[in-house]
Amino acid sequence: MDIAWYLVLSAFIFCIGAAGVLTRRNPLVILLCLELMLNAGNLALVAFSRMHGGEAGQVFALIVMVIAACEVVIGLGIIVAMHRNRLPIDVDEMSELRG
Amino acid sequence: MWFEQVLFFVAAIGALGGALGVVILRNPFYSVLALVAHLVALAMLFLLLHAEFIAAGQVVVYAGAVMVLYVFVVAYIGGSDEPLRPEGGAISTFGPLFAAAIAIELCIAMLGTGLEAVDSKGADIGAGFGSPAAIGELLLRKFLVAFEAASFLLLIAAVGAVVLARRRRGLEEVA
Repeated sequence: MDIAWYLVLSAFIFCIGAAGVLTRRNPLVILLCLELMLNAGNLALVAFSRMHGGEAGQVFALIVMVIAACEVVIGLGIIVAMHRNRLPIDVDEMSELRG
Repeated sequence: MWFEQVLFFVAAIGALGGALGVVILRNPFYSVLALVAHLVALAMLFLLLHAEFIAAGQVVVYAGAVMVLYVFVVAYIGGSDEPLRPEGGAISTFGPLFAAAIAIELCIAMLGTGLEAVDSKGADIGAGFGSPAAIGELLLRKFLVAFEAASFLLLIAAVGAVVLARRRRGLEEVA
């Protein structure tokens, strides 16, 4: 398969994730859609690494996975704190982060 | 190599279907399960690109550990169905339009690129391409600073999550 196929697929996954971030209101689902966008970036990085024949892109993808894990941990911590304070789990009604 | 093409299209349809499921399904619990399917399909694509270590890490760390964290939080919060927007607001109509605009723009950029290697199968690679040995050597020699920064960032995130999600009141007030 040509590398272009992988790049177009990653573009489509990225856009589906962006549409989810723009339209959904549940912060949990928004975090999931952010994961989709990061994974699309990972796919493009690995495809370019295959294109050049060097593993640097794969190391970059590994670091992106670490960043995604950090983002998930902090985001879920904020959502649990919102739930503890009996705030609505809805980004439209949560417009400030003052604790 | 028709086998590789069949495998690519199966994995691509799985990845796109999983991604659409995450966005479309109303129940957050089903969204998490759709993301797990998406991640497994993506690991298959990584295998087709000769990135064996990344594929294994994707399945073990992402689909295994991170998704379990999501499932726990969804179960804790009580994943309720998101009510549909009562009035079709501006965001719900313009959001998909913006996403479609990004998709068209990215496809023009990808397909109209001057990089000739994009239309090939990629460079010739040796037998050990993408193996844990090759990745580990790069990670601990050339990218050591990035590796250490990532480990430090993970520590900060873990401490931050504990601080964010802890109970605000002391134990004696609860009792």
